[in-house]
Amino acid sequence: MTLAPPLDGRRDGPHGGQRDGAGRGRFRPAVLRSPLARYLAARLLLVLPTVLLLLTAVFFLMRATGDPVTTAFADRLTPAQLQQKLHAAGYDRPLLTQYLDYLRQVATGDFGRTATDNRAVGEVLLTYGAATLELACWALLVAVAVGVPLGALAARHRDRAPDAVLRLAAVLGYATPVFFVGLLLKLVFAVGLGWLPVAGRASVQTELRLQDLADPTGLYLLDALRSGDGAAVADVLRHSVLPALALGLLLAGVLLRLVRTHLIATLEAEYVVAARSRGVGARRLLTRHAARPALVPVVTVLGLQVAGLLGGAVLTETTFEWKGLGYQLAHYLTVRDFAAVQGIVALFAVVVAVVNFLVDALAALIDPRVRY
Amino acid sequence: MSDRPAAPDRPRHPAAPDRPRRLARLVPQRVRGSVGLQRAMLLTGAGLTALLLLAALLAPWLAPWGHAQLQDGGALFGSRQPPGPGHPLGTTAGGYDVLARTLWGTRTAVAVIGLSLLLSVLPGTLLGLFSGYLGGWADRLLVGVADALYSFPSLLLAIVMSVVISGGRSSLVGGLTAAACSIALVFVPQYFRAVRAEVLRVKAEPFVEAARVIGTGHLRIMFRHVLRNSVRSLPLLLTLNAAESVLTLAGLGFLGFGIEPNSAAEWGYDLNRSVSDVTSGVWWTALAPGTATVLTVLGVTLLGESLNDLADPRLRRRRAPAASTSPTAAKEPTRA
Amino acid sequence: MPGSPPVPEELLRIEDLHVSFATDRAAVPAVRGVDLTVAAGEAVALVGESGSGKTVTARSVLGLLPSSAAATGRVLLDHGAAGPVDVLAADRRTLRALRGTAAAMVFQEPATALNPVFPIGWQLAEGLRAHGRGTRATRRARAVELLGQVGIPDPERRADHYPHQLSGGQQQRAVIAMALALGARLLIADEPTTALDVTVQAEILDLLRHCRDELGTALLLITHNLGVVADLADRVAVMRAGRIVEQAPVGELFAAPQHPYTRQLLSAVPVFGSAPPLPARPAGAVDAPPVVAARGLVVEYPGRWGRPPFRAVDGVDLEIGAGEVLGLVGESGSGKTTIGRALAGLTATGGGTLTVLGETLRPGPRRRTGTAAGRGGRLGFVFQDPAASFDPRLTVGACVAEPLRVHRPELDGAAVAARVRELLEHVRLPADTADRHPHELSGGQRQRASLARALALDPELVIADEPTSALDVSVQAQVLELFTRLQRELGFATLFVSHDLAVVERVADRVAVLHRGRVVESGPTARVLGAPAHPYTRRLIASLPVPDPRRQAARRRAAALPRQESQQPQQPQQEQQPLQHPLQQPHQQSRQTGATTP
Repeated sequence: MTLAPPLDGRRDGPHGGQRDGAGRGRFRPAVLRSPLARYLAARLLLVLPTVLLLLTAVFFLMRATGDPVTTAFADRLTPAQLQQKLHAAGYDRPLLTQYLDYLRQVATGDFGRTATDNRAVGEVLLTYGAATLELACWALLVAVAVGVPLGALAARHRDRAPDAVLRLAAVLGYATPVFFVGLLLKLVFAVGLGWLPVAGRASVQTELRLQDLADPTGLYLLDALRSGDGAAVADVLRHSVLPALALGLLLAGVLLRLVRTHLIATLEAEYVVAARSRGVGARRLLTRHAARPALVPVVTVLGLQVAGLLGGAVLTETTFEWKGLGYQLAHYLTVRDFAAVQGIVALFAVVVAVVNFLVDALAALIDPRVRY
Repeated sequence: MSDRPAAPDRPRHPAAPDRPRRLARLVPQRVRGSVGLQRAMLLTGAGLTALLLLAALLAPWLAPWGHAQLQDGGALFGSRQPPGPGHPLGTTAGGYDVLARTLWGTRTAVAVIGLSLLLSVLPGTLLGLFSGYLGGWADRLLVGVADALYSFPSLLLAIVMSVVISGGRSSLVGGLTAAACSIALVFVPQYFRAVRAEVLRVKAEPFVEAARVIGTGHLRIMFRHVLRNSVRSLPLLLTLNAAESVLTLAGLGFLGFGIEPNSAAEWGYDLNRSVSDVTSGVWWTALAPGTATVLTVLGVTLLGESLNDLADPRLRRRRAPAASTSPTAAKEPTRA
Repeated sequence: MPGSPPVPEELLRIEDLHVSFATDRAAVPAVRGVDLTVAAGEAVALVGESGSGKTVTARSVLGLLPSSAAATGRVLLDHGAAGPVDVLAADRRTLRALRGTAAAMVFQEPATALNPVFPIGWQLAEGLRAHGRGTRATRRARAVELLGQVGIPDPERRADHYPHQLSGGQQQRAVIAMALALGARLLIADEPTTALDVTVQAEILDLLRHCRDELGTALLLITHNLGVVADLADRVAVMRAGRIVEQAPVGELFAAPQHPYTRQLLSAVPVFGSAPPLPARPAGAVDAPPVVAARGLVVEYPGRWGRPPFRAVDGVDLEIGAGEVLGLVGESGSGKTTIGRALAGLTATGGGTLTVLGETLRPGPRRRTGTAAGRGGRLGFVFQDPAASFDPRLTVGACVAEPLRVHRPELDGAAVAARVRELLEHVRLPADTADRHPHELSGGQRQRASLARALALDPELVIADEPTSALDVSVQAQVLELFTRLQRELGFATLFVSHDLAVVERVADRVAVLHRGRVVESGPTARVLGAPAHPYTRRLIASLPVPDPRRQAARRRAAALPRQESQQPQQPQQEQQPLQHPLQQPHQQSRQTGATTP
């Protein structure tokens, strides 16, 4: 076949249009030559200011009410005792010094000490963070397992009965506070039917058994599996069902709506019509041609839901006495221990910033048009 | 240029989405233009929202007792009394009447919704307008702050704010304002982001450039041309945030950061008290405030969502002939 | 199959097709009774302006209408051994089997017709997979082979590229490769070159012609561009308001149009190389200082993520005399629009000197909006998109009055209203237009209102950025006529930015040809377009399809010879064609017309 070679080169493309005039191209390390790497590097650089900003905001906001020691002990200690305690904790120094000191500490992983029970905040975070992580993983599992297929179903049967039912369910899921869902689940499955435990992460025996492990991870399921005790595994799983459902269903509703909206949009896109014009079947159009482009916005928005997940975790843990960071946060809030509160909130800030970066990286991997 | 199947004919539909509209006129207008499920959703949402407002307005006449009443003529109500005469929904562990607390709670909810929206829309919109239009380093800084706040769990943000404002202990007015301010702070970045994004889009539109060519002043361009065309997504955001503010208020209350029970009735606080009741099989203390929260959020969300769906030709059941690119949902609902 | 079976050579027979769309108010008919046939190896063009129903007709052939559409009538598509199948009545399985094999589609916007998140090779193989052709490995090999066949260089590597890594022309080649993949005997090409630059358009037209001539693929070509029709079609059907008003062999249609609408269409389209000569400028204007003078003008857009900035305008020298119309032509990305924006103070310059109406615009960001000239009302701007250039919330009257309100605060309401009425009258809009909203006007009316706004303060310089490219040809002709008349009456100088040489030829005194940010050639219109000196100008002109089948055939041959790769014999080979033989006569009779063929 003989055809004229195309006269159009790659003009004005996202990468082709830039003319690297002599002397204008700056030196860049080899790793940063690929657009993806460059994007990720730039995006990574944004994590630090975000974390710094949140830490600063939390520090000054919390300190605007006074120092944690006074807040916690003002009505219990004599002024002299208070002064001594203040001095010991360094809260009598200038605010700016405290702030810089705080930043230095945080940079080395030291989040200070709690005011009421004088524990290292870092240690509190480690101990209870595992529990929250476990809960979050369960919830994500439930959310993805429920939300994605149902969202696809709703999109496929758009404006017909299944769609109507699912959308209503999703709105209902959004409208119900997690703790109310938790209370209802408890009422029905734990108190009413007696199938599942009311609260906690495991029964007392199991907890004791898991503490005997050489180096417990704090993730109970993992620990139970390592202990090789079938009963412990079952006990941990039974305890996880209701909290996972309460928190997971909340996210599932959001995910369902997201998947539905974006699948409907991509199903109507010209490239799906084009694929249909070549005889590609309805199922494959949905699962491949429409699904992958829809995944990009879904993943991005889901990243923002991490914030919602953490907030929901606080409420779920309180409802189910799941001894995680959220449960601890609620406890420290009631005893007005703002040093501990500040530490937990700061950790959440770091987690949110890092997760958002990972999500953006994931979205960039799915979408080849890496750009900002 | 070419005809596309979605836009079969000209002239354009006179009710193109750029028509100026008021929210009040929007609902009846949309009801007429809707069909089937969307119509049912819209009507349910509007009905539930109307019910909430009515209950808040008539609470003194509807509620059998005061919100902090513990006794009637010297006789205490008693703690955890099951539903029965005098107390149709029973009493709480603290000895309050559940029905009365739930009905009075609508007032708290409405007050906090209204106050928090009032305190967030104006600053958010103005910041978004100036930041988006003027650009520069101030814009970049504001975007950084807004993004950081936006990605942060809104419940935690509200907690921190409520610690700052009230130290966590609150009277009626103080508690209400503290809660509303905390929630408002969560919303400001949302309005900022939504309006700024629209401003950036509108700023590049030829009609704004037409004004720039002839040397129209910045302020006149901002307020006469840009602002009016940048607030299209606000009604939806308002309803979504109204729903979210109810949830955040309940969350604050549930964690013990709400309003003291004797200053006002608040559903989240009552639900917190009922956690231990549920374990011992006392169901009536949780059910009423929980259901009230759900119905409130459901009503407002349905209203906002169906209005949005009907305004978006892509989501509308019957597509309008003029299907230009319209903004998608300005924001996916987030919640803590 | 009820009714008379189509004759075997017919690949497509559309009978009494009606399509309507459900809307909020009532069903809106888009197609009302279309009859059309396409025979094997034939190229049929379906021509019409926007809203005529031509795209809807094309999409109904493969059953690709959206769910809100209702179609009646019959669309009989030849399906090999299975004989003709009525697409409108076919079940889903049959439809799936038909798509891509009996007929295949080429879309208008290659950028949207390609899935952004899959490599093009994979997308190509999907069609093969859908019809159960080959294994994964053989499908991949076939995809590479097809990409090579449509002229994509290095197809082995390109198959793994994503659509955004390809240029617009290559994207359209990939879309054509996908359409050819299953050996369909009928290609439905829906505005296949509308989104492309004229030089790329010429290549895609070559490719489509090649499919027809070498592979014997029949073409149903949907287009609004009569030049494309003249270049490629054997037979033409003219559509208007959902009906076909005239069908004829291409030579006949252009030579002797029967229907009044066809005649109107043909007279409205500007034919390159046959523009009436512009009246000479009054001599006095020559001595006046130029209204615009640019020396070494540079405009750069900042790069992202540490990339070097993009230089959109790269050392341009330009001058516009008082009362003179300078046509600025070039393809997309050539920087022509940027120059217009820089003149109006919308884009900051990055270097060189630029003087507009006596004010020197300095590089760097600007504190105040616009230019002194703009603020003084001495400069007007007409935008490309008439729909977007009016504030949708204001009435047309308020939009046109905006310059008066900003710059003539001394005028009271009545005086402003009077001036607006006068301006609307100037551009031949009824007076009540002032009270209507922009979306209630048609595209042509909006563009006239835009012109009225630009002229509100009697400017000395008007910058018109592609003022007619969003309009249908018949509307374009009216707006152009209006523009030239006003320009002559009011004597303002104009920078007329356009990609369309035929339009520029009609309005410009002088022409500057832009290529990648540089002026490659400039001079009097007749000289630059009639006897171009620069190879790029020559290529632009050679690529332009002229809406005259005989002249276009001659131009094509003349253009093909120097390229040394004149591939196919131009003689048609559809001997068995039952209907018409449109291309057989014109070749012999073609003569060189005008000074256009280099």
